[in-house]
Amino acid sequence: MQLKYNSVEELVAAASSSNKKISEIVLEQQAEDMETSKETVYSTMENSFEVMRQSVLNGMDETLRSSSGLSGGAAAKLKKAVDEGKNHYGHLLGNAISMALAVTEYNSCMGQIVAAPTAGSCGVIPSALISVLEEFDLPKHDIIMSLFTASAIGMVIAKCASIAGAEGGCQAEVGSASAMAAAALTEIFGGTPQMVSDSCAIALKNTMGLVCDPVAGLVEVPCIKRNAMGVANAFTASELACAGITSAIPADEVILAMKQVGDLMSTALKETSEGGLAATPTGCRLRKQIFGTDSASS
Amino acid sequence: MNVFDIIGPVMIGPSSSHTAGAARIGKTAALLLGAPVAKADILFHGSFAKTYKGHGTDKAIVGGILKLDPWDPGIRTSLETAKEQGISVTIRTGTIENAHPNTALVTLTSDQGSTISVQGASVGGGNIVINKVNDMEVYFTGQNTTLIVMHQDIPGIIAHVTNLVAVGNANICNFRLNRQEKRGLAIMTIEMDSDFDQSLVSQIQTIPHVYNTILLKL
Ligand code: SF4
Repeated sequence: MQLKYNSVEELVAAASSSNKKISEIVLEQQAEDMETSKETVYSTMENSFEVMRQSVLNGMDETLRSSSGLSGGAAAKLKKAVDEGKNHYGHLLGNAISMALAVTEYNSCMGQIVAAPTAGSCGVIPSALISVLEEFDLPKHDIIMSLFTASAIGMVIAKCASIAGAEGGCQAEVGSASAMAAAALTEIFGGTPQMVSDSCAIALKNTMGLVCDPVAGLVEVPCIKRNAMGVANAFTASELACAGITSAIPADEVILAMKQVGDLMSTALKETSEGGLAATPTGCRLRKQIFGTDSASS
Repeated sequence: MNVFDIIGPVMIGPSSSHTAGAARIGKTAALLLGAPVAKADILFHGSFAKTYKGHGTDKAIVGGILKLDPWDPGIRTSLETAKEQGISVTIRTGTIENAHPNTALVTLTSDQGSTISVQGASVGGGNIVINKVNDMEVYFTGQNTTLIVMHQDIPGIIAHVTNLVAVGNANICNFRLNRQEKRGLAIMTIEMDSDFDQSLVSQIQTIPHVYNTILLKL
């Protein structure tokens, strides 16, 4: 069967009718599309996963600082609190959030990361998957397979809406990453394809309308902390869906709404740094500090 | 689009459009030059012009010109590396008419004095579109395996080249020909569904009136 990635519905139907997981049909089809073997496609994904793992480790370095001076060291701080048992919302959540910070801070410092789906949102999926892998000692194979489900959701969003902040605001980046992570988690924890779809819908509903407003145009403020929110949102959405709670609005309609919201959004709120947090007095002051008076503000 | 366009690319941060895409534009220019680079002149337009310093777009594009891939940590020190290799790099900002906000115009001069200018846009997620080569309108993305043949516009060359593509058993999914003028410089871009044999590229290179052939897979 030929997947077109035009809807989440299509993925759910294809998986349900063949009694397979979404990840299995996606892997099969991608191998066919790329005219290569399933093993090759799987091992390329495995390689990306290992890069993710390494970026989590590297990003925990407390001495990391970005060249703008805006970021670095936050992941290490939180990790310390988690390791000492001093955080308040449990080991898994604390760990996941610190990993999301680690990957995105490492990204800001020109570290090697996997765009997932973009560099700005690169912390959500690794932190979601690696934190549960460690917490529950899951088979690595399940985690890597779940990345195919996440990618399939990402492809649908890219086709029907957008995964670029400049086109759709941050709902398209951190929102999409969060929905992709939620879908992956739901599959990992044994959710049905329909539950995968519901978790995607719930995650996207929660980030609907989120604007892209990076201070000084740099992928640092607010991006890094939004990734931390993205993983917490993915946990929430997946937790709901796995308990059998459905989304009142189906995933495909949510995605189309997200597209519409992105289109309605002023360009000032789509990566131009002319609105939102970038345009606050402090945002403007930081921009001046980093780029001098005229270069970045023209 | 495939799964690795979504979970991927593996890249050096911080921005898929401002670093990964920029590195790809730089690398494409270096490949099209087809000779060691002696001089690089880079013009940034739009958002590239405004934020290249904070994003390291300059390091990324120079890394690309050094033929580094977007995931190569060597990008971080590319400006120093270029200096060590005696490549003179000039970075300017300005406006390019009707260009995408993330556009760079890269003009390279080889150690033999040949030059090429390549205008590319970074269109999101690290993907690029090359819009102009030596002021000639072109369009390719490097997402598929792409064969780029720069040649003189004379009869028979297309048949010659596509024959060799058929020998390589590659299915063409997109074919484009752009030329400056009749009998002038022409650029063939042939996108294919699968990989292509490097030895056939060398064969294409030997066809009379072919100046340069490159196989691009970004
Ligand atoms: S604020 Fe903009 S640049 Fe930052 S993560 Fe969100 S979409 Fe990306």
